Amino acid sequence: MTTPISHIRNFSIVAHIDHGKSTLADRLIQMTGALDAREMAGKEQVLDNMDIERERGITIKAQTVRLNYTAKNGEDYILNLIDTPGHVDFAYEVSRSLAACEGSLLVVDASQGVEAQTLANVYQAIDNNHEIVVVLNKIDLPAAEPERVKEQIEEVIGLDASDAVMISAKTGIGIEDVLEAIVARLPAPRVGDATKPLKAMLVDSWYDAYLGVIVLVRVIDGVLKKGQTIRMMGTGARYPVERTGFFTPKMIQADEIGPGEFGFITASIKEVADTRVGDTITEDRKPTAEALPGFKPAQPVVFCGLFPVDAADFEDLRAAVGKLRLNDASFSYEMETSAALGFGFRCGFLGLLHLEIIQERLEREFDLDLIATAPSVVYRMNLLDGTQKELHNPADMPDVMKITSIEEPWIRATILTPDEYLGSILKLCQDRRGVQVDLSYVGKRAMLVYDLPLNEVVFDFYDRLKSISKGYASFDYHLTDYKEGDLVKMSILVNDEPVDALSMLVHRMAAEKRGRTMCEKLKELIPQHMFKIPIQAAIGGRIIARETISALRKDVTAKCYGGDVTRKRKLLEKQKEGKKRMRQFGKVDIPQEAFIQALKMGDN
Amino acid sequence: MNDPGFGVYVHWPFCAAKCPYCDFNSHVRHQPVDQPRFVQAFERELATMRERTGPRTVSSIFIGGGTPSLMLPGTVEAVLAAVARNWDVPDGIEITLEANPSSVEAGRFRGYRAAGVNRVSLGVQALNDADLRFLGRLHDVEQSLHAIGLAREIFPRLSFDLIYARPGQTPDAWAAELEQAISHAADHLSLYQLTIEEGTRFHALYAAKKFQIPDADHAADLYTVTQEVTAARGLPAYEISNHAQPGAESRHNLIYWRYGEYVGVGPGAHGRFMENGRRIVTFTEKNPENWLDLVESRGHGVIGGEVLTREEEADEFLLMGLRLTEGIDLARYEQLSGRSLSGRRIAILQEEGLVSPIGNSRLRATQQGMIVLDALVADLAR
Repeated sequence: MTTPISHIRNFSIVAHIDHGKSTLADRLIQMTGALDAREMAGKEQVLDNMDIERERGITIKAQTVRLNYTAKNGEDYILNLIDTPGHVDFAYEVSRSLAACEGSLLVVDASQGVEAQTLANVYQAIDNNHEIVVVLNKIDLPAAEPERVKEQIEEVIGLDASDAVMISAKTGIGIEDVLEAIVARLPAPRVGDATKPLKAMLVDSWYDAYLGVIVLVRVIDGVLKKGQTIRMMGTGARYPVERTGFFTPKMIQADEIGPGEFGFITASIKEVADTRVGDTITEDRKPTAEALPGFKPAQPVVFCGLFPVDAADFEDLRAAVGKLRLNDASFSYEMETSAALGFGFRCGFLGLLHLEIIQERLEREFDLDLIATAPSVVYRMNLLDGTQKELHNPADMPDVMKITSIEEPWIRATILTPDEYLGSILKLCQDRRGVQVDLSYVGKRAMLVYDLPLNEVVFDFYDRLKSISKGYASFDYHLTDYKEGDLVKMSILVNDEPVDALSMLVHRMAAEKRGRTMCEKLKELIPQHMFKIPIQAAIGGRIIARETISALRKDVTAKCYGGDVTRKRKLLEKQKEGKKRMRQFGKVDIPQEAFIQALKMGDN
Repeated sequence: MNDPGFGVYVHWPFCAAKCPYCDFNSHVRHQPVDQPRFVQAFERELATMRERTGPRTVSSIFIGGGTPSLMLPGTVEAVLAAVARNWDVPDGIEITLEANPSSVEAGRFRGYRAAGVNRVSLGVQALNDADLRFLGRLHDVEQSLHAIGLAREIFPRLSFDLIYARPGQTPDAWAAELEQAISHAADHLSLYQLTIEEGTRFHALYAAKKFQIPDADHAADLYTVTQEVTAARGLPAYEISNHAQPGAESRHNLIYWRYGEYVGVGPGAHGRFMENGRRIVTFTEKNPENWLDLVESRGHGVIGGEVLTREEEADEFLLMGLRLTEGIDLARYEQLSGRSLSGRRIAILQEEGLVSPIGNSRLRATQQGMIVLDALVADLAR
């Protein structure tokens, strides 16, 4: 038996990191009895499956939970909570999750107020015609200022906050009010006819070692049943459905998924890449007449090279990136050969957090030691012959003589910050070639809107922003367009040899400063050798910055007789281990940390 | 190169006082040491070692410490006799005993000589009284000179140790002190730069910034001066810190650096010798009384060791052999490790003037390479 549409509510939760989204989700799950106390015990953020998700307090994959709730009016409802990624890198995943439901809870920390990320996500929810219930969390904190935050929400977002639900997800205050508000104030699915041909949206998919690819779906019309042969309308692929069911958040098998509902299917699909998010799923024998408006596939915006520290691990890396790709179609890779680093992969990511997460998963889950090269954005090279070439890797830059102009991607960034840090943040944005679009005040906090070249943001903009504002500023961005820029390729030479992995495109005006910083950093990061090592930054043949690492003057054990050999050998073994974590460039050994650290530029 | 030889090392673990720079296995006892009991223990442990090594011809014996000149001549005599009972000890092989100028008596020196000791290594350490006090030595310069004179009279061969790169020491002052030392005409000198070792009194004082030692630049200059002065006076370096008239090199220490075989007996002694076709490491209990108990109950004080892998052997060979001016035999490295040293690394180091080939078969560190030998070995051994 499927549930009548009028008794279904599909909703997501929009919140800034740390504003309590996961805790609220935990409470809703607990209150509706989806998991009993024993199952909840010791777990926080039950929806975040991956270690990285739990540790960083972020959600990467969309998930749903089906909650059974008997409302105060005595009726039974099915509430489907769709947990969406909260970070800008996964904006695309957010958009598809939001498109699949009808309402949102906007959770705002009553002691903190609205943050940049809240804004971006809530606007997306509004764009998707969501009804929005405002929830003020952490009202039990002494620093809570619910009235001020309500005003702020009305002023900044333009939402009526007068009937905001006041809760403390931590202590459980107000959770039932949230459930009632979901039933009373959020709409039921707007369409849904069990008798029509099957029409379902592919919301997300992931790889499970035992079950293969699990597809998360939202059924619009018709009924999705076990044993049916389905067709993916975008790709034309057909699959017999093996399993259907729901997440409670446990996987519970059921015979069918009715209109208006979220559920999962498995259908011996081999790779996540075979499933296109946003695709329409229909029944092969009785297809629906029209597909849902399609989603465009995610485009990587940040690229970097990933190389194994030990060249012998290349095959392991190949297997590992292949496995990750199974589960994350937004991550792309192709083989790359670097003169300095050997064989590796040029990888594309949705953003810097995505890059960090993938790198961390490769190192942690696959036990690989990696060197990551400077993150690069996608440049467009307009060539003399009238063609345009996309550049993912500075090392592949065509001869400057053949280039008429270079275009780079720009973003629009929204930054919310306490007033006291405004001056420093303005300077940071200015230094990064930012163009101010707007500066307004939201209560005591300044809201800055800046247009910035993405290339200036991929280095360490976010780290700098956090350190300048002692962690209080929040930041969000979206890509806007490509603009021509006066960009040059800066090479780094170590002992007169160019290190391709450290070359980068920079704005001409910033080149000298960046080159100097880079040389200074490398001087600190590369250990002394038995000879002196010049480090230079160059544009074409012109040296723009130079440092020298002086030669080691003395490093010898004065006394070494019979009994000292063991100790000396152990030391030597350690040194040899250390050398394995270094890369040889000509005569010079560069530690892998140098590649990562050298790129954290600093702005002092 | 000839067979590097087979040495016997005997450790006497007692000192009259612990020097603040010393991290060797030495102990101070306020009760007289029961020397006959130690003699019996040495005899037993030597016999046990003999079972492991089989019959061998000894090329050198070294009695080190601690302060072996606190041993009674009879003790030394008994130990040497025990060595000779277990292995073949040809006439005239080098037999060295370490001595401190503070514990020297003519009668005792003659006793050691009579027991068979033919080389003495004196811990002179400095030729000025202020620095001797800083180094915590119990003797003054006058006593040192007396001991040197006596040793030269009694023993065919004499070496003494000096510690340099002392706080505030200038290259000129050191050169003058070194000239004076050479004029007292030992045929062998061990010249060590002062280093701060963990677990020593100097380590704590240094950490508390009670004194400073020369920085790397200054220390390198002092090292260079040392090479110049000794070479000019006919005592060139044959190892990082050891200088000798040609032919007067320490046979015993060459066994270590040429990666030969040696057994070590006594508390805290190390050995390395071939057993069942593999090179093995032994080391004994460091505490003298515990060592005695072990030897008396089971015939030896060995509490640990290992069978070295090829790579470990090759590493040890490299880090010992490159300390020598004569360098290493490349074929032996290949034979030990199963691979040859990287020609590319050698070429780079040669280009930087840090190593130099000797003919086709040997490689040595240059003087410039010697100053950074630890880094050099790590570079080659990878």
